[in-house]
Amino acid sequence: MRLLEYKGKELLNRYGVKIPRGAIVTRVEDINILSTLKFPLFAKSQVPFAGRAKMGLVRRVDTLKDAENAARDYLGRVIQDYPIRKVLFEEGVNVAKELYVSITLDRENRGYLMLASTEGGVDIEEVARKSPEKIIRLYIDDYEGLRDYMIRGVAQKLGLEGSAARDFVTVAKAMYRVFTEYDAELVEINPLALTTDGQLVALDVKVMIDDNSLYRHPDISVEDSDYTMEELEARKYGLHYVELTGYVGIMANGAGLTMATMDLVKEFGHEPADFLDVGGGASKDSVREGLKILLTDDRIKAVLINIFGGITRCDEVAKGVVEALNEVKTNKPIFIRLKGTNEEEGRKILAEVGLKTYETAEEAMDALSKTIKTLQG
Amino acid sequence: MTILINENTKVIVQGITGREGSRHTQYMLQYGTKILAGVTPGKGGQNVQGVPVFDTVEEALRKFPDINTSIVFVPAQFAADSVYEAIDAGIKLIVIITEHIPIHDALRFVNYAKRRGVTIIGPNCPGIVSPLKSKVGILPNHIYTKSGPVGIVSRSGTLTYEISYHLTQAGIGQSTVVGIGGDPIIGTDMIEVVRMFEEDPETKYIVVIGEIGGTMEERVAQYIGSGKVTKPVVAYIAGRTAPPGKRMGHAGAIVSMGMGSYESKVKAFQEVNVPVARTPTEVVKLIKKFMP
Repeated sequence: MRLLEYKGKELLNRYGVKIPRGAIVTRVEDINILSTLKFPLFAKSQVPFAGRAKMGLVRRVDTLKDAENAARDYLGRVIQDYPIRKVLFEEGVNVAKELYVSITLDRENRGYLMLASTEGGVDIEEVARKSPEKIIRLYIDDYEGLRDYMIRGVAQKLGLEGSAARDFVTVAKAMYRVFTEYDAELVEINPLALTTDGQLVALDVKVMIDDNSLYRHPDISVEDSDYTMEELEARKYGLHYVELTGYVGIMANGAGLTMATMDLVKEFGHEPADFLDVGGGASKDSVREGLKILLTDDRIKAVLINIFGGITRCDEVAKGVVEALNEVKTNKPIFIRLKGTNEEEGRKILAEVGLKTYETAEEAMDALSKTIKTLQG
Repeated sequence: MTILINENTKVIVQGITGREGSRHTQYMLQYGTKILAGVTPGKGGQNVQGVPVFDTVEEALRKFPDINTSIVFVPAQFAADSVYEAIDAGIKLIVIITEHIPIHDALRFVNYAKRRGVTIIGPNCPGIVSPLKSKVGILPNHIYTKSGPVGIVSRSGTLTYEISYHLTQAGIGQSTVVGIGGDPIIGTDMIEVVRMFEEDPETKYIVVIGEIGGTMEERVAQYIGSGKVTKPVVAYIAGRTAPPGKRMGHAGAIVSMGMGSYESKVKAFQEVNVPVARTPTEVVKLIKKFMP
């Protein structure tokens, strides 16, 4: 999950990275905590996506009154399903140069990778595409770790000298500590400002933490992440749900099979309404909750369920389907392909409520396709 | 011949007393897998499906020194510890079924295993089956009823069953089927398995099942293009219609920066004359074209 900017900054600052002086405001009544800061300040809405400035979610405030207005304006607004709960107010910094630096996983080499560039503050992917020579790459072995000399080499390539070069060692080591201690998939500072008085200050940061490790990071709250309420609800049942734009509801088990099912819907000339993966070892509860999402979605005209059970048992899936149909009244046609572990028991359970099952996904999709044609007349 | 496992594979099940561990011990035994022991700390002395349970891997190996393979069902929070235990006990092949293992844990134990010459399959994978010989995994037994000339390597569990099923239905058996797992960091990648199939005399054709995200399929294509693979290869890539930038379940299935997209993978395969099936069933047709 992606952490909000302020939370990422807090983690990096704890290990020695300088950040602008500032404060977090969660309620308009608390605005007076800004009185010790030096105006003008920058009000930054804490939303977990890029392009905040363009969306009008960052603004300069010159007085406490201005700040109060900004807080009132931002707090509680919902942007892309995400409610703004916090606003970060920060002092300005005199920037001489903007750098880019990040640490990420190197999947191919099974290690870590530090990326750095003198072209900070802009879209780094664009820089990587147009002038790859401007990206400095440093491979880090997970066992040997990040050594000072390696960081000094990167600092030199960035053109940093004197105290700034020494500060860069501190910054890189702090990033590495956050990366390894917090099970991060990405720790990025962009831009890392070199100020006119020669200091390095993190102006914006992005930290992504491996969802699977959250149990051992009690100080990381999902409130500080990019998950929306719907996604959090889906996660409780082990569902992976992504809304798409079509009208054929899809539920399958396993990311690969779910994507293949989407592809099949397209192959038949129809449009998938969603990606819903009930996961490995899906229980009847996750199937029931997943199917309820699809049955209550007005965009969906028909549902295609494609299950190939390994660790998932077809009888559990069938029970979940029956429970969902008992809870939600629907006239949406449902086409079920059920194969794998305990498929006989599963078929029996569905047959009892009059639901037919298909041998292959193609047969189920073919039947669905014909039905939709009839519906459309 | 098969790769990785065969009828002489002797297995220990780590996490044997858990729900999935005990259930799949039963299924593997039914398939004919030789399971000699199981491990769950604190449950030593019990037995599951007639298999004796020990507190430690070392203790089980003292009793059954022939054990050469482990399958791990231990819950994610404790899985890394179990993998280190198996490596340190001297087991040379470890199949990790457990999903949701933290990526940093996986990265560390995968590298540790490499330094010790241990092969890891997974994590978050369905395991391995050599039809009619042995199964170290959770693949459904009744799909794997015919041994034959096709070797399958796949990043996806359920899609592997799907494609194996269609091959068997068409009368085409498999030599070995390997699910390598869908996580960003895995112990054995596609190239390594393709290399094993190339060297395996029983395998005549190779099926590569990939999905969007990462660059593994592109690297396999490069490897094939370098002339090191003489056997015919057919590919299938899931995610043709996935919108870019959306996370599709697997931590691995993320499209970014143009790399790892469906188009990039298909192009890479086509450039080295590997046909790419549009649907799982089309894999069968493409394999048949290579057959005499």
